[in-house]
Amino acid sequence: MEFRRVVVTGLGTINPIGNSVAEYWENLKNGVSGSEMITHFDASKFKTQFACEVKNFEPNDHFDRKEVRKLDLYAQYALVAAKQAVEDSKLDLEAEDLTKAGVIWGSGIGGIKTFLDEVTGYANGDGTPRFSPFFIPKMISDIAAGHISMKYGFQGINYGTVSACASSSHAMIDAMNYIRMGKANIFITGGSEASINEAGVGGFNSMQAMSTNNAEYKTASRPFCNTRDGFVMGEGGGCLILEEYEHAKKRGAKIYAEIVGGGMSGDAYHLTATHPEGRGAINAMKMALEDANLKPEDIDYVNVHGTSTPVGDIPETKALQAVFGEHAYELNISATKSMTGHLLGAAGSVEAIACILALNNQLVPPTINFTVADPNIDERLNLTFHKAQKREIRAALSNTFGFGGHNASVIFKSFIE
Amino acid sequence: MSDIASRVKAIIVDKLGVDETEVTLEASFTNDLGADSLDTVELIMEFEKEFNIAIPDDQAENIGTVGDAISYIGENAK
Repeated sequence: MEFRRVVVTGLGTINPIGNSVAEYWENLKNGVSGSEMITHFDASKFKTQFACEVKNFEPNDHFDRKEVRKLDLYAQYALVAAKQAVEDSKLDLEAEDLTKAGVIWGSGIGGIKTFLDEVTGYANGDGTPRFSPFFIPKMISDIAAGHISMKYGFQGINYGTVSACASSSHAMIDAMNYIRMGKANIFITGGSEASINEAGVGGFNSMQAMSTNNAEYKTASRPFCNTRDGFVMGEGGGCLILEEYEHAKKRGAKIYAEIVGGGMSGDAYHLTATHPEGRGAINAMKMALEDANLKPEDIDYVNVHGTSTPVGDIPETKALQAVFGEHAYELNISATKSMTGHLLGAAGSVEAIACILALNNQLVPPTINFTVADPNIDERLNLTFHKAQKREIRAALSNTFGFGGHNASVIFKSFIE
Repeated sequence: MSDIASRVKAIIVDKLGVDETEVTLEASFTNDLGADSLDTVELIMEFEKEFNIAIPDDQAENIGTVGDAISYIGENAK
């Protein structure tokens, strides 16, 4: 079966360092940290009191009052990112066969704030169940895909992907594959997450997964640094319009990049820890290269999962060396979570956008906040510390790994006809 | 306007995001005020909470307009 080619024709994001793609790139290339003390709730009793929150977001600027009440924040971020991407793509929805237009959207948790509020309300009551009829449809992690489809009339393939911090990468890979196979011509895909609340922060704190470096909150997300002590939670959404190449060409669409391969694997190892030798990561990256019909030497930039946890960053560098061999030293590698924090299920989508913008600008966004080398990480690797680096980038690979051992790698290439 | 009527209307304005002038006694939740089936369930639940009453499902089905709600609550509120 001859696969059809798939290109990216629209981008949108709302995240801790940008409420638009342009603002995101400006801050990415300049190494701006999105971390601040938490404002979403009173975190004074929590071990972690800072996070990378979305800034200056007022739901009523985007939705009417009735809509807001029916949308968990994660779904609001989804709709905001999708709107930007659809507008950016300049798709003429009137002219499209909307049964061949789909939505696949990732979220690791979905509406955790809605769950928290509804269950709290019940627990504080007299035992009479007074759950809102919107409780379930606000909370479930597939509802963002549903909302987006209703907004744009997309009647093709529609569902959500759930694989913790790899959720939106799985979404993009699925969307790419359906277009390749001819099951759809267009997808709105990506992911969103909004878990900076008591349950999200408290839950991840108990797992000892998050940084508790409140004193140095601005620089606490420090992947590969020997003083790293956990990830910094982020939130927001990222959206990509994927489109079949001939379809995009015919309508004269702007093509950002080609999505050429996806790899997926399971660690089959531990609930939350990555395999110490990065076996799942290796398999995912190898599968992505094979899927893209590329050699390791064809990749110039890797946007790593690199969350800044003591146990996660080392196996990923080992995996990179296992996959890329000597070429690992020719790569530019960067962890943009040092700036955005970890957007959990939305990480794959916002980091895919980082890869695409890196390709378009031939500039590698940096890994910030690094001060002390980790003896377990090969110092010959170019981890793009401190400042963005100008270089030729032909293809970029993005890694995401989720609790449960879900790994996904996606490859984007500069578009060449 | 009675106290019950004004409280009922305030709930409808809040939950359905409609203008107060639209909330006439004859206005149907679904046909005139843009409510879907879930909105209607939520309205009934809000009336129950506000007036501390229980509205059985078979009775709730008969509450289709603003006026229906006001008269049902007037007859059943303690």
